Amino acid sequence: MLQMKTHYPDATRVEPVNRHTLAVIVDNEPGVLARIAGLFSGRGYNIESLTVTETEHEAHISRITIVTTGTNSIIQQIKSQLERLVPVHRVIDLTLTGEAVERELCLVKVVGKGDYRVEAMRLASAFGARTMDATLTSFVYELTGTTEEVERFIKLMTAVGLVEVSRTGVAAMARGAEGIV
Amino acid sequence: MSETMTGAEMVIRALQDQGVEHIFGYPGGAVLPIYDALFHQEKVRHVLVRHEQGAVHAAEGYARSSGKPGVVLVTSGPGATNAVTGLADAMMDSIPLVCITGQVPTHLIGSDAFQECDTVGITRHCTKHNYLVKSIEDLPRVLHEAFYVAQNGRPGPVVVDLPKDIQFKTGSYARPLSNQHKTYRPTVKGDMDHIRAAIELMANAKRPVFYTGGGVVNSGPHAATLLRELVRLTGFPITSTLMGLGAYPASDKQWLGMLGMHGTYEANLAMHECDVMINLGARFDDRITGRLDAFSPFSKRIHVDIDPSSINKTVKVDIPIVGDCAHVLEDMLRLWRQNAQTPDKLALKDWWGKIEGWRARNCLAYRKSDETIKPQYALQRLYELTKDRDVYITTEVGQHQMWAAQYFKFEEPNRWMTSGGHGTMGYGLPAAVGVQLAHPDALVIDIAGEASIQMMLQEMSTALQYNLPLKVFILNNEYMGMVRQWQELLHGGRYSHSYSESLPDFTKLAEAYGGVGIRCDKPGELDAKIMEMISVNRPVIFDCIVDKTENCFPMIPSGKAHNEMLLNDYLGETGADIGSVIDEKGKMLV
Repeated sequence: MLQMKTHYPDATRVEPVNRHTLAVIVDNEPGVLARIAGLFSGRGYNIESLTVTETEHEAHISRITIVTTGTNSIIQQIKSQLERLVPVHRVIDLTLTGEAVERELCLVKVVGKGDYRVEAMRLASAFGARTMDATLTSFVYELTGTTEEVERFIKLMTAVGLVEVSRTGVAAMARGAEGIV
Repeated sequence: MSETMTGAEMVIRALQDQGVEHIFGYPGGAVLPIYDALFHQEKVRHVLVRHEQGAVHAAEGYARSSGKPGVVLVTSGPGATNAVTGLADAMMDSIPLVCITGQVPTHLIGSDAFQECDTVGITRHCTKHNYLVKSIEDLPRVLHEAFYVAQNGRPGPVVVDLPKDIQFKTGSYARPLSNQHKTYRPTVKGDMDHIRAAIELMANAKRPVFYTGGGVVNSGPHAATLLRELVRLTGFPITSTLMGLGAYPASDKQWLGMLGMHGTYEANLAMHECDVMINLGARFDDRITGRLDAFSPFSKRIHVDIDPSSINKTVKVDIPIVGDCAHVLEDMLRLWRQNAQTPDKLALKDWWGKIEGWRARNCLAYRKSDETIKPQYALQRLYELTKDRDVYITTEVGQHQMWAAQYFKFEEPNRWMTSGGHGTMGYGLPAAVGVQLAHPDALVIDIAGEASIQMMLQEMSTALQYNLPLKVFILNNEYMGMVRQWQELLHGGRYSHSYSESLPDFTKLAEAYGGVGIRCDKPGELDAKIMEMISVNRPVIFDCIVDKTENCFPMIPSGKAHNEMLLNDYLGETGADIGSVIDEKGKMLV
């Protein structure tokens, strides 16, 4: 790739890129998700996963969990830019607050007969996945775990007849007695 | 006490309650009920522009020269999309605006109805915040909140998109006790520990420089007063960005002139050599910093900004202070006085000696001529002949804009209205309309180029309609001068489409609008004709025919550092090989 000398610092290119999980507390008003997604695309930031639902119905407050990657200065910019949005109340960097609990849920459909079917059942039970639906030729499994566990499960299931995957993205919470309001 | 009224009436009532005297707008189908409500009252005066972009720029000029928020009213679809350039301009330069756009009735939204567009979607990235009001119950709160959001924190434009059925619906309106947003509370007081550390750093500085920006102007006249006190108390040199001109008086001996790509030699070298940089309300824009890895290599940096995202965005700073400039300056001044700080006098004397050496290069010198009017000369004369008057300057974008920033000396804030961040050609004339409305008795001059002026020329008609005696001073070099200058420097003098073909006769054009046209092409006649322009109490277009090939210097070429600037070849600094100064990589950066 052509390396252009620009006004902008080359330094960020050689800084290590880290993965951060952010909890963003927002007013659940129309367009708020578009604002946040648009901020990421407009400024060239990455979204690895994004999970959102209203968490306090009476106050119309939603919690958005975003997994993003970037150098430390980019992560700092992302947080400052998010906090600048009018409907954003708070941004909490769960990666900085210590090892947060991070979980995601996936649904996996496998189709197969004979040994494939038996192997799929064995793997599912080894991972502790629940069987949500079964026919003579298929299963739908549900697995909740870390992103890495889910990735591993999907990779193995691919070998035994995986035909469809649906994932929620990460939900995360800091450990310890302190709560985020 | 609440009253029952229609949505359209609520709009007008909310504007009255906010103390709005002028709004800039253009009617259309989706805002007819609001225009009807306007018709029934006198308090809010509507100014009919000739293009919606002009309405937004006029509101910007009004806001920047008066310190009050600008208000715009336009219709749906093309009304809203025409306003977009103006909104983006206000967003980049942090100008407080409230723009009310009409929208098709709620039940038609999303059906591709006539003159429908996704206004909140389109304007999401060029506004500070925007609202689509779908219920009459929300309308009073949203209208007042819009003013709060536009003015508090880092100011910016706010769009309120109002469907036509909501304008017709009746609901109850009461002026809210507070128009605060329920959660949005920007930090205005700076962190005292950081301010203390900043004062400590300043007290021990050997080669300090103040680098101030639009944040000081936006913070209000009080901030400018405090800035002057602090600068005089410390004895430090001060430079400012294009946006910050006027916050510190240009006639003062501590003033180094503007910095950046077309800033002065002394300002840029002071930035390069300083050991302590005090950034007040500026954002390290790329036109300021030049090559980032060579930017001010010896300095510790203090950065005061109301927007936390401006801090460490492109340039790393040592002491960040998030807060409003006026508040932080007040704390800085108090601490400086309390601690009876005395800077290192000997070091400062050395530093000033160095600066005076740079100043002696006289970087704004140019080759004078008796035959043709040099654009720099025209602006020097314009400045000299108007400086004792109550004068406000707006500009378009290009060479004339940079020359105006270099040769016009501003003594007060809010006197200089120019499109900085967005660089919008066509800004100056409508902005002058807004300025003249806010200051009816002042002398308002739009310093323009013959290319820029044609982008919003239709606003001459607005000026005539409202008896606004603004002056358009065109530096006519028959080129998009800045484009031509770049083509000379970067593209081998191949002037691709930058020649202003088929120019109108601007004097006749002025007359066609009902204004006055003045033309001048001889240096000897310039003074008399400028005086004639000033004496006319009607809109004037002054067609000043200037040297076609003059370039704007000093200049930091793309990809270069502050200490690698080009000076006018009159000074024998650049020679003939100016095209080779910028390398291939630099060409990417324009």
